[in-house]
Amino acid sequence: MSDSTSDHGRRRFLIGATSALGAAGVVAVAVPFVSSMLPSARAKAAGAPVEVDISRLESGMKLTSEWRGQPVWVVSRTPAMLEQLAKNADRLRDPGSDESEQPDYCKNPNRSTAEHPEVLVVVGICTHLGCSPQDRMKVGNSEGMPDDWPGGFFCPCHGSKFDMAARVFKGVPAPTNMKIPPHQYLAGGKLLVGADKSKGA
Amino acid sequence: MNLKSLLKHFAPLTAALALGVGLAVTPAFANEGGAVDHAPINPGDQASLQRGARNFVNYCLNCHSAAYMRYSRMTEIGLTEEQIKANLIFTGQKVGETMAVAMDRADGKAWFGAPPPDLSVESRVRGADWLYTYLRGFYQDESRPTGWNNIAFPNVGMPHVLYQLQGVQKLVEEKAAGEGGEVHHRLELVKPGQLSPEEFDRFTADLVNYMVWMGEPVRAARVQIGVVVMFFLVLAFFLTLALKKEFWKDIH
Amino acid sequence: MSMLSSLTQWVDDRLPLTSTWKAHLSEYYAPKNFNFWYYFGSLALLVLVIQLVTGIFLTMNYKPDARYAFASVEYIMRDVNYGWLIRYMHSTGASMFFVTVYLHMLRGLMYGSYRKPRELVWLIGMAIYLCLMGEAFMGYLLPWGQMSYWGAQVIISLFDAISPPLALWIRGDYVVSDATLNRFFAFHVIALPLVLVGLVLVHIIALHEVGSNNPDGIEIKKNKDPKTHIPLDGIPFHPYYTVKDLVGVTVFLALFSAVVFFAPEMGGYFLEANNFIPADPLKTPPHISPVWYFTPFYAILRAVPNKVFGVLAMGASVVIFFLLPWLDNGPVKSIRYRGSLYKAFFGLFIVAFLILGYMGTQDPNLWYVNPVSRVCAIVYFAFFLGMPLYTKLDKTKQEPERVTE
Repeated sequence: MSDSTSDHGRRRFLIGATSALGAAGVVAVAVPFVSSMLPSARAKAAGAPVEVDISRLESGMKLTSEWRGQPVWVVSRTPAMLEQLAKNADRLRDPGSDESEQPDYCKNPNRSTAEHPEVLVVVGICTHLGCSPQDRMKVGNSEGMPDDWPGGFFCPCHGSKFDMAARVFKGVPAPTNMKIPPHQYLAGGKLLVGADKSKGA
Repeated sequence: MNLKSLLKHFAPLTAALALGVGLAVTPAFANEGGAVDHAPINPGDQASLQRGARNFVNYCLNCHSAAYMRYSRMTEIGLTEEQIKANLIFTGQKVGETMAVAMDRADGKAWFGAPPPDLSVESRVRGADWLYTYLRGFYQDESRPTGWNNIAFPNVGMPHVLYQLQGVQKLVEEKAAGEGGEVHHRLELVKPGQLSPEEFDRFTADLVNYMVWMGEPVRAARVQIGVVVMFFLVLAFFLTLALKKEFWKDIH
Repeated sequence: MSMLSSLTQWVDDRLPLTSTWKAHLSEYYAPKNFNFWYYFGSLALLVLVIQLVTGIFLTMNYKPDARYAFASVEYIMRDVNYGWLIRYMHSTGASMFFVTVYLHMLRGLMYGSYRKPRELVWLIGMAIYLCLMGEAFMGYLLPWGQMSYWGAQVIISLFDAISPPLALWIRGDYVVSDATLNRFFAFHVIALPLVLVGLVLVHIIALHEVGSNNPDGIEIKKNKDPKTHIPLDGIPFHPYYTVKDLVGVTVFLALFSAVVFFAPEMGGYFLEANNFIPADPLKTPPHISPVWYFTPFYAILRAVPNKVFGVLAMGASVVIFFLLPWLDNGPVKSIRYRGSLYKAFFGLFIVAFLILGYMGTQDPNLWYVNPVSRVCAIVYFAFFLGMPLYTKLDKTKQEPERVTE
């Protein structure tokens, strides 16, 4: 072994420099491998905005379409349903949707655009662990809900409850309101899900 | 051990690889026989690639697909999504979709003897020069069901799709002077097309340029990343070499 | 530091961590005269790691189904983020695996590393090589291009010569088909890699038991320090050979990257042009040949004008390597101290091997292919079969007492 102390310093420097360069190399190599697991061009293309024909959607009805492989619900709410929404506030965890995900133009009690306040467009996935909730749109104890049920959606997996604006009730496992995707209304009764006027796809 | 002797040390491996890379410069393609013309293409010429893309969708995509090629990828040759949608997509597809084709494979087989092959990676099978020769090599031949034959692809099933542009060629047999002189074949334009021969060569070169790009759209990026990687490894070589020499001072 | 040492102590009480580190690295004494040829063992190990990692990531997007396999490879090349890089690393790695392993084996031949007491190291190494051939052959079917398909068809048909039901059993169908693809996938991604990793481990353990050979072919364990019992010509593998191998790794990675980034097809030797055509069971490409690393053996197969004997000759040309430790009667191990007789046979063998490799890529209708292949095949077998005799007759030089250089 070498006993010169100056050599020792040089040796330590070289070990440090080689290790640093090696670590940088490993990180650089990891980038392509990690990013290969992100959505591919095909997944992105399949996740492009979808057009939904809502011209025949009647008041009080719901239709389900698909965007990025997830169910997207379009609900045309009745005036009674909208009226009920205003009364739910104190039973909700996040009535103002402050912690929830939605475009700015849907951050209102109805969680809809000003253009069509009666239409709810929402990703039909529970914010707890990703199940798709079921319809419980009737008010009251029909369909196994309690007497004071104001109408909304019920997740069968862990019992989370949402109102007709997909806002989560207090005392259930889901942390936030369901997600509103970017959307805009096109001519001819068409709805575009996945893109809006503020930005493209 | 100094650098010179160390480089000498690695010389056999380096030489072997240099030989390999040398071979790689003259790639082997899956073609039978026949000399081919050199394709005057420049993969860095975006205008040529864009013209080639237009030629491809106008003349090839009716029968051939490019099922692995997404329209949206053409943003990499300087087109915007709006331009792609307006000028290159005739099928009502979305920009993110691939260049599929409406023609039924069974129809293709009935019409041409074999379904027209997908062209996504055709340039990697044939090479640019063969494609350039092939596309310019159709000539009239009444013995063929389509009335056309090809010097690069004898008894080809595909008719001459570009004859309105190129005109009609005939195969001329020439015999060199003297007894047993070599027989030589040459194509002669007997009826001019809409384009002059020079314009048609340019048209074909653009098309081939595009097809080569489409065969491996990542090529330019690959080479760019490669340069950075090589730079990194050269740096690493000098560092590891210094480290090795530092430690090996101990060994006598 | 005491935190770390007490943690080490805690682990050592439960797992032989420090003692394993010492036995195989910091107190494994390797001869100090390793030369250029001694890089390829660690480089082969590096390629194995590259193949395992890139292979795992390819598996995430590849589809082992005859309808989707070809398309899924193009999907990886185009749609998956950096999929092209991972795929080119894997395809280049396949060829580089054989480059490193062939050079590693050549080293073993030159310096007599297969001789007593390293017979088992050699046998396990040969088992690794066989396993690697199987791994490469099955992996080559997966892109489901024309060369994949017809290459597999031809090689599996060789088993017809031995027993037709065997070929049927390997394919699981009357031709190479979806069933074949699916089972080859299973072997390629899990069965053979497991065996390969296990064999590599055993190869290293066996080597470290007997100790490394060196370019002089003499045993460094014969000259030990009387007090420490450390071989006088030995140096600790770590740090001396780890830092040295690091230089080799860097140079190798530069060559590897040059292929991946600048010539991934290697002129059709690493990726064949015909393999960009999807497999078509009704149409054989006009000229098919295996990938370069199989061509020496393929040339021997073609050189014999009889199916059964051709297959047997090809099999023998690989299997005969296993017998080397018992064919060599030479009093010295290293080529440095062998006589001209051995050197002539050895030199001719290497030349014959390279020419066979070239002939295997050529069209068999060319007039010279078969005659030249036959001559080279005879030279090839003469090297092995004549070895017991010519190593005995050879006039060797005196081996040194201690390693040189």
